[in-house]
Amino acid sequence: MRLSALWPGGFAVFFLVAVVGGSLLTVVLQFRDSNLVEVLSDTYLHSVIRFTLWQAMLSTLLSVGLALPVARAYARQSHFFGRHTLVMLMGLPVVMPVIVAVLGIVSIYGHNGVINQLLRVTGVAPAFNIYGLSGILLAHVFFNLPLAVRLLLPAWEQIPGESWRLANTLGMSSSQLFRFIEWPSLTSFLPGTLVIIFLLCFTSFAVVLTLGGGPNATTVEVAIYQTLRFDFDPARATLLALIQLALCATIALAMIRWLRALPISQGLQLQTKDRPDCQALTYRIQDAVLIVASTLFIGLPIAAIVVAGLQGPILGVILDPVLWQATGRSLGIALLATSLASLVALGLAMTARRLVLEYRKPQATDIALWVGSLTLAVPPMVIGTGLFLWVLMTDMPQMTTLLLIALVNALMVLPYALRSIAPVLINSGRHYHRLCQQLGLEGWMRFRLIDWPAIRRPVAFAAGLGGALSFGDMGVAALFDTSGAITLPVMLYYRMSAYRFDEAAVTALVLVLISVLVFWLLNRTLGRWPS
Amino acid sequence: MAFLTLEQITFALGDWQLRASVQVPQGHCVALIGASGAGKSTLLSLIAGFETPDRGQILVNDVDISSFAPSQRPVTMMFQEHNLFAHLSLYDNIALGCHPGLKLTATDRDTIDRALAATGLSELSSRRPADVSGGERQRAALARCLCQKRPVLLLDEPFASLDPRLRQQMHELVDQLRRAHGLTVIVVSHLPHEVARIADEVIFMHEGSVKEQGPVDITLGDPQSPELRDYLQFTGGE
Repeated sequence: MRLSALWPGGFAVFFLVAVVGGSLLTVVLQFRDSNLVEVLSDTYLHSVIRFTLWQAMLSTLLSVGLALPVARAYARQSHFFGRHTLVMLMGLPVVMPVIVAVLGIVSIYGHNGVINQLLRVTGVAPAFNIYGLSGILLAHVFFNLPLAVRLLLPAWEQIPGESWRLANTLGMSSSQLFRFIEWPSLTSFLPGTLVIIFLLCFTSFAVVLTLGGGPNATTVEVAIYQTLRFDFDPARATLLALIQLALCATIALAMIRWLRALPISQGLQLQTKDRPDCQALTYRIQDAVLIVASTLFIGLPIAAIVVAGLQGPILGVILDPVLWQATGRSLGIALLATSLASLVALGLAMTARRLVLEYRKPQATDIALWVGSLTLAVPPMVIGTGLFLWVLMTDMPQMTTLLLIALVNALMVLPYALRSIAPVLINSGRHYHRLCQQLGLEGWMRFRLIDWPAIRRPVAFAAGLGGALSFGDMGVAALFDTSGAITLPVMLYYRMSAYRFDEAAVTALVLVLISVLVFWLLNRTLGRWPS
Repeated sequence: MAFLTLEQITFALGDWQLRASVQVPQGHCVALIGASGAGKSTLLSLIAGFETPDRGQILVNDVDISSFAPSQRPVTMMFQEHNLFAHLSLYDNIALGCHPGLKLTATDRDTIDRALAATGLSELSSRRPADVSGGERQRAALARCLCQKRPVLLLDEPFASLDPRLRQQMHELVDQLRRAHGLTVIVVSHLPHEVARIADEVIFMHEGSVKEQGPVDITLGDPQSPELRDYLQFTGGE
């Protein structure tokens, strides 16, 4: 095996080992100073771990449990005006900055939100308290119900038209259809969906930080942040980071067999023409109620952000140079993170392709995807803790801190980039590898003429998504932000914490608009970049 | 005298093994027939350089090419599918045969124009593969093979998905180009009676070995091995 031919993957692995390994090493070295017995017997720590698991489990069950009937409604009603737009709307919470969505959720379900005002006026039920477990669950369902719908829709796409025709001739009822046709197809998608959402909720940071409402509703990630930023206790933060690492790695390893690349679908390939129950009035009404309710649940907070933003002190906020300085920092972080993630993903994918096609190592694809999805087992907050401790030890300048935030964000974005690029690149190789070999198409020439046209769109989409996610991410940026160089999401968080909701609303709108712009520009520019 | 020689080639893939010694004179067309898994495509892959033999030599015009990369061999090959890059026009696909970076000289352009004319594609050159018929796609792949100007042409069932009439037309085109350019052709097929029309010789492979080799009419008309008799009975070649 010519090792020199595998350098792109080698570079990618070196990058991952350097950042992840380096930060973990720092954590482990700091850990020597901790009093293990004392911290482990701390009842508060026990309650934090219990709460982390409890809220993740409840959030997952609620999100997927509610997503199932909604996805079924979309699957059954495969043709109606506006369906495509509504399914697209389901994708919005995935790319939306968490802190902005939280502001929207508070506007609708908060103490002075629309729902509570209605409850007070009508007196139907006592006012709803959004802070604490209920708020965390609400926000997690807001983010993960639409994600689950889009992850589950392909289960219906897999059902061939013949199955519905057969069910028609057998006279199956709706429940029998679910039992004999839909459920068997769902079983190959449900475990992966549950695992992904559980891990997302388990490592959720901004939602718990803003809606947690005190020590009774804190997760390990937030505890790490509080220990570093408020208690300034690196030894304890180190131990918390190691606990979080152990928990995530255990969960990821235990559930590894269900964690596979799930396609996100818009449910456009459905063959439900001959489905027996899709025309029945009862089911049409039931589906309409589910679709409208889920759309309102997702759409209202988003609409609230826009309305509140437009009613806020727009000029005062956008003329403030601090806002644009923060925007500049966030943009720099987003561009660097997404470029790095795309390069690392490309390196891993190219080497995996070479291993699969030239060295007959079919397992290389899975290994590459796993290496790139390291952040599932090693959450960004843990890596961030290591880098934070490293910054403390080395007295780094401010610019370097921003660079480290970008590095962690690159790792966060990497799984998306890798899962978008690798399958297309490897598939293109499967089709054209021998033809390229025969024509002498190699290296840069092959990349320019054959690979780039194939991966241009997935790279553009992944870069757009990664850029938007990184631009709106608050987790690690909040941890590092110690010297006044705040990012835009952190600025929004500070304004929300200071109850400056009118300014926060405008800031949120700016954040959303620039996030969309980042996604659109990267997606459009790269998607059309000529070869 | 043999132009293409496979000298005691052996190649193992797990438990399965291919053993072959073959000689093909210059300008001849050889039909490679046999059931699925007989080793026909593997034999072509060995000649094209996509696989490396465990033992033996592959000689073209007395030069051992066994260690050459596929692009360095005096051999070109058409596959069952994916012979054209879907995102490039037919012209660019064909032009890749002249220069893999599409840096074309005036001579290259002239070569491409002649290949387009020879395959009847001059009017369709700006179209993409998805915008032409299956037969036209295979013609374009054939035109590229012509541009590569390599003396040995390997055809790994590239016309299998075409209807019988188009298949016959493509075989006739291959025969015509072979004669015009002096190509040595090895064509794999499941339909012996179809390729028999253009082939001078037949090689019958069975379970990784060459069972019979000889002129078309004799080999197909009077099969010696029970395996070939059995095979011809099921493929309608007898």
